[in-house]
Amino acid sequence: MATAIRLAGVTKRFDDRSPPAVDSLDLEVGEGELVALIGPSGCGKTTTLRMINRLVEPTAGRIEVAGVDVRSVPLTELRRGIGYVIQQVGLFPHRTVAQNVATVPRTLGWDRGRIAERVAELASLVGLDPSLLDRYPDELSGGQQQRVGVARALAADPPVLLMDEPFGAVDPIVRARLQDELSDLQRRLHKTIVLVTHDLDEAIRLADRIALMNVGGVIEQHATPDELLRSPANEFVEEFVGEDRGMKRLRLHTVGELPFLQGPVVDESADAEEAERVLDRHGSDWLGVTRDGVFAGWLPRARLAERPLRDARLELPAAQVTSSSTLHTAVEVIMASNTSVAIIDDGGRFGGVVTLEHVREALAPAATEV
Amino acid sequence: MLPAQATNPILRWEYLVDEWDQISEALLQHLRLTVVSVLIGVALAAVLGTAALRFGWAAQPITTVAAVIYTIPSVALFGILVPYTGLSMWTAVIPLVGYTLLVLVTNFVAGFRSVPTEVRDAADGMGMTRVRRVLGVELPIAAPYLVAGIRIATVSTVGLVTVAAIIGQGGLGRLILDGLRRSFWTPMVVGSVLSILLALVLDVAIQFVGARLMPWARRHAPRRGATP
Repeated sequence: MATAIRLAGVTKRFDDRSPPAVDSLDLEVGEGELVALIGPSGCGKTTTLRMINRLVEPTAGRIEVAGVDVRSVPLTELRRGIGYVIQQVGLFPHRTVAQNVATVPRTLGWDRGRIAERVAELASLVGLDPSLLDRYPDELSGGQQQRVGVARALAADPPVLLMDEPFGAVDPIVRARLQDELSDLQRRLHKTIVLVTHDLDEAIRLADRIALMNVGGVIEQHATPDELLRSPANEFVEEFVGEDRGMKRLRLHTVGELPFLQGPVVDESADAEEAERVLDRHGSDWLGVTRDGVFAGWLPRARLAERPLRDARLELPAAQVTSSSTLHTAVEVIMASNTSVAIIDDGGRFGGVVTLEHVREALAPAATEV
Repeated sequence: MLPAQATNPILRWEYLVDEWDQISEALLQHLRLTVVSVLIGVALAAVLGTAALRFGWAAQPITTVAAVIYTIPSVALFGILVPYTGLSMWTAVIPLVGYTLLVLVTNFVAGFRSVPTEVRDAADGMGMTRVRRVLGVELPIAAPYLVAGIRIATVSTVGLVTVAAIIGQGGLGRLILDGLRRSFWTPMVVGSVLSILLALVLDVAIQFVGARLMPWARRHAPRRGATP
């Protein structure tokens, strides 16, 4: 992966007497990578972000975007090539949504037709109803405004996107939706994104790697979300990620990543003897039955002898997930349905079972890569 | 002297017909003095306001001077200038400009200060040049304040122009003065009513033009005479 953004020994002092806001920071962001800068307030994460597009000038050090020193490019040109999204959005209230989105293309002198086409394209990309394009920003909800902010930043298709707490000002439900949308967007567009946030869950959810910063502008750990949660580099990181870091990791992995587990499940053609054997092996009181590869239901051991499996009256499964469900969902489903096992059902096909023990083993430090 | 009602009614219609030339000339002069004064005031306020915004230390002295000018009685100010500028139009215009400055500078500064930091930040972040940011983003956002300031300045200038009649400039004020001198009600009524109408018409006209220029601000117009 080529390096898209490189910070080398970057320091920022706002005045001579106080300690630096950012202290000799090194950071590399790969092309197409989403890196989250996270940390307590005053850790210099926003300052770091703003030095990349030179809204803040570093006191010392070197910053490169696509291998070019940012100081060697004219300021306006540099910024037009970097998308910028901020928490308060900063839409221009006197311009319609369409005009807001068209800001950079207009500055770049695109012709009318091309701009209109691009605006329409962006509206559908970020999920904005085209009827909103002629409205003024004040007439939009917070979530819609932030979508416009993202569309505006993407307008000239910049390879790099800087986002400063982009979803900090919207309510949790809208935030979750916008985060999902950003994930989808990123899967399609592969931008290089630096995202500043103070929300660990947001960072875990969105980032390929997380740079956890501490007060004084130093990076305590720069790692993938899973690594950060699994093996915090020091006490600060451990405290920051919190005691429920194990639970947080559950959201990072899907059921499909678990090794296949057949569970006490047999095809309906199995005879009673074989069924007993399977139950004994699993120490289970319930037998799962599949019919043509589709999970048909559960049968208690006591009713095993009543009639052949083919004719047995089966109980429908209470807990059911798909391969793409997160482990968090799986655990939740198992707990909520008061069972110990969930079956994996991928559009009708039986894909094995998940148990709490299974999840625990998968996330155990020994089995680091699930 | 106790003129009978019959011989000195509030309004003698023949006067309107006979003196129409004089009335319309007074009205035009009134309009001219108002427009010239407000326009010069706006230009001067833009310069002073820019200085106040650019150099923090300048804001207080500029506002103070404008406020002091505002407190000088108009009769006195018109009189003071006569030895220097004679009975010319400028003797009227200079004080009139002075009186507009307080509200115009105040609203100019308030307008530009009302530009949200994040909007300025976003404009910079997208690579706008400074000129483009100020003219294309900040000015339109400040515009409702500027329009509000211009409306107040215009309406109060229309009133003050009548006072300039004492130095022979006052437009409709001359009719009022004339009526007073002769205890003849009609010119007074005509002068007063026309100056009120002029103020109202200009106020509505500016508001109308402002609303046309700022369709986005329809629901969010700031209070008139906003102070920083």
